[in-house]
Amino acid sequence: MKDLLNGWGVTAAVFLPLVGALVMLAIPKSEETLHKVVALVTSLAVFVVGVALLWDFDYDHTAVLQYGQDKSWIELINARYLVGIDGISLPLIALTMLVVPLVIIYSWDHFPAPHNPKAFLILILVLETGMVGTFVAQDLLLFFVFFELVLLPMYFMIGVWGGEQRKYASLKFFLYTAFGSALMIVSILATYFLSPKIAVAGQGMMHTFSIPELAHWHGGGLARTTTLLVFGGFFMGFGIKVPMFPFHTWLPDAHTQAPTQGSVILAAVLLKLGTYGFVRIAIPILPVGAKAWAPVIGLLAVIGIIYGALGCLAQTDMKRLIAFSSVAHMGYVMLGIATLTDFGINAAIFGMVAHGLITGMLFFIAGSVKDRFHTLEIKRLGGLLLQAPRMGWLLGFSVMASLGLPGLAGFWGEFPAILSAYQPAEGLNIGLFRGFMVVAALGTVFAAGYLLWLLQRVAFGTPTEEFEDEHIHDMHFTDYVAWTPMIVLIVVLGIVPGLIFKVTNQAVVHSLIHIGS
Amino acid sequence: MLTHVWIIPLIPALSFVAILAIGKRLPKKGAEIGIASVAICLVLALATGTGWISRVNHPPESAHAEATAQSVEGHEAEATATASATEGEPAASADAEHAEGGAEAEEHHVTPPVQRNVTWFETGDVTVKAGTLIDGLSALMLVIVTFISLLVHVFSTDYVGGDRRETHYFAFLSLFTAAMLFYVISDNTLQMVVGWELVGLCSFALIGHWWEEKPNSDAALKAFLTNRVGDIGLLVGVIILYFAAGKTFDVLSLNTQANAGLIEHNLLLIGSLCLITAVMSKSGQFVLHTWLPDAMAGPTPVSALIHAATMVVAGIYLVARNYGVFFNGLSIGTANVNALAVVGCVTLLFGAFLAFVQTDIKKVLAYSTVSQLGYMVTALGVGGWTAAIFHLFTHAIFKACLFLGSGSLAHHIHSFDMKKDMGGMRKRMPITFWTFLIGTAALMGLPLITAGFWSKDEILAGAHQLGGDGGYRFAVIMGLMGAVCTCAYMTRAIWYVFYGEPRGKSAEHDLHENGPRITVPLIILATGSILVGYANLPEKVFGIGVPESLSLRFEHFIEPTGAYFPSADNSFSHPEFVPWIALVSALAIVIGAGGAYLWYFKDKGPHGITERNKVARTGYKVLENKYYLDWLYTDVIVGFVKGPFARATNWFNQNILDGVVNSVGKGARGAGEFVYHRIDQGVVDNVVKGSGLAAEGSGSVLRKTQNGKVQWYAAYLFLGATILAAIFVIVAS
Repeated sequence: MKDLLNGWGVTAAVFLPLVGALVMLAIPKSEETLHKVVALVTSLAVFVVGVALLWDFDYDHTAVLQYGQDKSWIELINARYLVGIDGISLPLIALTMLVVPLVIIYSWDHFPAPHNPKAFLILILVLETGMVGTFVAQDLLLFFVFFELVLLPMYFMIGVWGGEQRKYASLKFFLYTAFGSALMIVSILATYFLSPKIAVAGQGMMHTFSIPELAHWHGGGLARTTTLLVFGGFFMGFGIKVPMFPFHTWLPDAHTQAPTQGSVILAAVLLKLGTYGFVRIAIPILPVGAKAWAPVIGLLAVIGIIYGALGCLAQTDMKRLIAFSSVAHMGYVMLGIATLTDFGINAAIFGMVAHGLITGMLFFIAGSVKDRFHTLEIKRLGGLLLQAPRMGWLLGFSVMASLGLPGLAGFWGEFPAILSAYQPAEGLNIGLFRGFMVVAALGTVFAAGYLLWLLQRVAFGTPTEEFEDEHIHDMHFTDYVAWTPMIVLIVVLGIVPGLIFKVTNQAVVHSLIHIGS
Repeated sequence: MLTHVWIIPLIPALSFVAILAIGKRLPKKGAEIGIASVAICLVLALATGTGWISRVNHPPESAHAEATAQSVEGHEAEATATASATEGEPAASADAEHAEGGAEAEEHHVTPPVQRNVTWFETGDVTVKAGTLIDGLSALMLVIVTFISLLVHVFSTDYVGGDRRETHYFAFLSLFTAAMLFYVISDNTLQMVVGWELVGLCSFALIGHWWEEKPNSDAALKAFLTNRVGDIGLLVGVIILYFAAGKTFDVLSLNTQANAGLIEHNLLLIGSLCLITAVMSKSGQFVLHTWLPDAMAGPTPVSALIHAATMVVAGIYLVARNYGVFFNGLSIGTANVNALAVVGCVTLLFGAFLAFVQTDIKKVLAYSTVSQLGYMVTALGVGGWTAAIFHLFTHAIFKACLFLGSGSLAHHIHSFDMKKDMGGMRKRMPITFWTFLIGTAALMGLPLITAGFWSKDEILAGAHQLGGDGGYRFAVIMGLMGAVCTCAYMTRAIWYVFYGEPRGKSAEHDLHENGPRITVPLIILATGSILVGYANLPEKVFGIGVPESLSLRFEHFIEPTGAYFPSADNSFSHPEFVPWIALVSALAIVIGAGGAYLWYFKDKGPHGITERNKVARTGYKVLENKYYLDWLYTDVIVGFVKGPFARATNWFNQNILDGVVNSVGKGARGAGEFVYHRIDQGVVDNVVKGSGLAAEGSGSVLRKTQNGKVQWYAAYLFLGATILAAIFVIVAS
C-alpha cells in the first residue's frame, strides 16, 4: 500500500478526474444519469485516494515532502514532473477532494440552465485536476500550468451557466487573473534564470524550476531591487487570485454570476490558490522580498477586512454580500501571512480551510434559496425560518461560523491571525503591525454586523407578501448529503483545531527558516 | 470531583444535542432532559463545593502532596512550580504586614487551586492547553449557575409551556448553561474567550426567541453587536497579556507573574484597560450598557438567568479571575482613582436614575441590574474583591427572585407595563407579592435581615476603608446616593404593580396566583434572599462580636490564597464593619423609600413639576431618552456606517476601482482595434504580434476571447511574458 501510494498516489489523485472526463467524452450527451454516475464515481475515487494518502501520511514529519515523484518532463529547460505533499498542502488537498464530490452530489437534480450535465461535470472534473495539481506541484512551471488550467473551466462555467451578466463577469474573471498570471510567469522565469545552476543527472549544470531547490537557494546573492521586483510579480499573480484589495473587483461579479456550484468551488478552493502561492512559493523562495513587502501586504489585508465589510453592508443581493465577505475573510488570512511568523501562517492555512468550508456552505445555502425563491434580493426575502426551518437554521449556523464564533472553525483562522500581528517576524515594524491588529479586531465587529443583519433580514421575521402563500420545499436529500460533511467539519475543527495545526506546523516552521523569527 | 469538573459543562452540552434531536417527540418537549441534566450538574457542583471546603479545611501539606493530589496529566506540576517559585518575595512582605495586623495571621493557610489540563493544540513554538481550574471562586460560580439554572428550568416549564418553539427554548437554555459552566472553570484566558462568546450566542438566540417580531430580533442583534464592540477589548487585552506573560494563556501563571512584578506595569495597565472595555459591554457598564434593557425582549426566565444572575456577571468574573492583573495594572489599593472604580460608580448611579422613568417592570429591573453590576465593579475597583463576589452571589439570588416574580405577574396578562396594565396585584397574587417584596427588601438592603444589606454594606465599607486615607471617598458618596435611588425606584415599582386599583389588562383578567412550578422557585429564591447574607457576617457588628465559626465564612472559603491572588500584596486588605456606614445606608432607605412612599402612596410633594419647571422637564427628558446614547449608537454611528459610509464605499468600488478596470479593458480594446485596422491590416502581420504587447490583455485579444478563442490569448500571453522576462533578466543580471 505504502509503495503504491508513494509511486502512484499523487499522480492518481491528480489525473483520475481527467480519466473520468475522457470517459464521459465518449458517452453520448443524452445519457445524463450515466454522466452523473461516472462523474460522482470518479470524484469519489479521487476522494478514496485522498483518504489513503491522509491515512498513510507521516504526521510526525510534515515538513518532509511525502509521496514525492520526480520525473523528467521538458528536458531542454529542466522542467520536471516534480510532485509531492507536505503539511502545508495536505489540508488544502483534502479540502479540494472533499468539496468536489459534494458539489457533484448537490448538482444531482439542480443543474443550472442551460442544463447539459455532460459538459458541466466534465468541467468540474477538469477543475479538480487543476486544483489538486496546483497543490501537489513542486516545480514552478508545473505549478503554473496547473494554476492556469483552473482558469478555463471556471471561465466556461461562469460564462455558460452563469446569471444575466455572465459574459461580462466571466471575461473579467479571466482577464483579471490572467493579467496577474502574466506578471507571475515573468517572475517565475526571472527566478529560473537568476538562480544558480544545479547539477542534473546526465545533463550537466542547468537552471531549475524545482521549488525545494529554489527555497534552499532562497534568493541569495540577488540585488535587493531585483528581489523586490520578482516578489512583486508573484505578489500580483497571487494577490489578484486571493483577491486582495484593490484587485478584488472581479470577485463579486464572478461569484454573483457564477452558478452555485461554481461559487462554492471558487470560494472553497480557487481563492486559496493565491494564498497558497504566497506560502509555498513567494515567501520561501524570496524571504528578503517577503520582508520588504510584508507591511504592504499587511496594510492591504486590513484595508480589505474593513473595506470588504463595508461593501457587504451596502449589498442588496445575498450572494453578492457573501462574495464581499470573502474579501474581508481573506484579509485575515493575508494578515496572518504578512506577519511571516509560524503562528500567523499556521493561522492563515487554518483560515483557508475554514473559509473554504464556511463560505462554501453559505454559497450552498444561497444557491438553494435562489432555487426555491428564484431571487436573492434581500428585500424580497424574509421569514426563511418559518418556510424552510432547516435551511434557516443552517444559515444561522453558517453565519455564526463565518463571524468567527469560538467553538466553530472560523475562529481559529481569525483569532490567531490577529494575535500573530502583535509580534510579527523580526525586522518588521512592530508598531505598524499592532495597529493592524487593532484594525483587524475592529473588523470582527463589522463581520458580526453584516452577517447578523443578513440573517435578520433573510431568516427572521415573516415571509414577504410575495412568497407568503407559496409552498417552499425545505432541504432535499442531496442537500443533506452534500452539507452534512461540511457542517460536521466546521464543528470538529472548531473544537479540535489541533487537527490542522498539527499537520501544518512543522512544514510552516520549515518554510520560514530563512525568515528568522 | 475537583479534578473532574470538566464533566459538569459536558452534561448540559450533551443535553443540548439530545433536546434538539429528540426533544420534539417527548411529552414535555425536551424540558425533562434539560431539567435532569441541570439537576445532575447542581449535585456535581455541590459536590465540587464540598470538596473545595474540605480542601480549605485540610489543605494539602506540602507542594509535594499537592502535586500528587492534583497531578493527573503531569503538566500542571509546572504551573504549580512557577506559582510557588515566585511566592518568596511577596510572602515576605505579607509577613511584615501580619506582624502589624496580627488578627489575620492564622488565615494564611495557602490552599492551592486544583488545576488540570491537557494539550489542546500546538502551533509555532506554543503549546496551548485546555483545562479546568477549581478554587473557591469557580466552585461558587458552579453552584450559582446550576442552582439558578435549575430553578429557571422549572419555572419555564410552566411559563413557556405550549410556546411555539418550546424545544428550542430548552435546548438553548441547556447550551447556555453548558457555555457558562465552561467559562467559569476555564484555566486560561483563551478558553474564557470561547465561553464568553458562546454565552453571548445563547443570549442572542434567547433574546431573539420570538424572532417573528422585528423589535425582538433588533434587540438580539443589538445585544450581540454591542458585545462585539467590547470584544475588541477582550481580544486585544487577551493578546497583550498573552505576550506579557511570556506566551501563555494560563490564568495562574499570568496572575502570579503580575503579582510578582515580573510584567511591565504599562503592559498590565493597557491590558486591563482593554479588558475593562469587554467588562463594560458584557456586564452592562456605562456607556456600553444599552443592550441590556433591550434584552428584556426575551422570555422572562431568560432575563432572570442570563441577564441578571449569570451571564452579565461574566465581566465581573473576568476581573475577579484575573485580579492580579487588574490589581497591579490599575494600582488598586493605593488610593488611585482608577478606571474600574470610576466606571462602576458612574454606572451604579446613572443606571439607577434611569430605572426611575421606566414604565415597564422588566426595564426597571434591568436598569437596576445595571446599577447593581456597577456596585460590583466599584467593589473590584476599590480592592474589595470579596465584597464584589459576595454581592454577585446575593444579587444573583434576589434579582432572579425579582425577575421571576415579574414573570409570574405577567404570565396571564402578557404585559409588563406597570402603569397601563398592572395595579392592585397584592391581594390577587399573594405569594408573588410577598416574594417580590422580600426580593425588593434585599435589593434595597434592609439592615440586618436581608442578604443585600450585608453585601452592599461590605462594598461601601470597602470603599471607605481601602485605598489608604479616605481613598475612595467618591465611591462611598456615589454608592450611598445609588442606594437612595434604588430604594426610591423600587418603592415606585411596588406601588404601581401591587397597590392602587387594577388597570388595563389586569383589570380585564380574572387574576389568580400561579401554580407551584412558578411559586416554588419564587419561595426558594425569596428565602435565599434573606439567608445567604449570613454567609459573610463581619467579625463585629455594632461592636458585638460574631463567633469565629460564623463570621467571614465566605471570605474564608471563596477568596483565593496563593501567589496568583494579590492578597499577599502590602496594599491588599479587608474592610471591617463600619457602624456609621451601616447607619447611613439605613438612613438612605428611609430617605429613598420614605420619599417615594410619600410621593406615590400618599401623593405628597411637588407633583407635576416636570410640566412646570424647565430644568426638571429637561432632566426628565434626558432620562426618558436614556441620555441619548441609543440615538447616538443606533442612529448616528450605526446609521452612518450602514448608510452613507457603506454606500460610499460601494460607490467607490463600483465606479472608481471597477471604473479603472473597465476603462483599461475598453482602452485596450480601442487600442487593439486601432492596431488591427490601421496597422495589422495596413502594414505587416508580424509587427502586430510584437507590438501587440503594447496592448497586452488587449483589444484584439479581448475580441477574440469573446468569440471563445481563449487559446489565442494564452499564446499572446506566454509570448509576451517570455520576452518581458528575458528583458528583465538581462537588465537584472
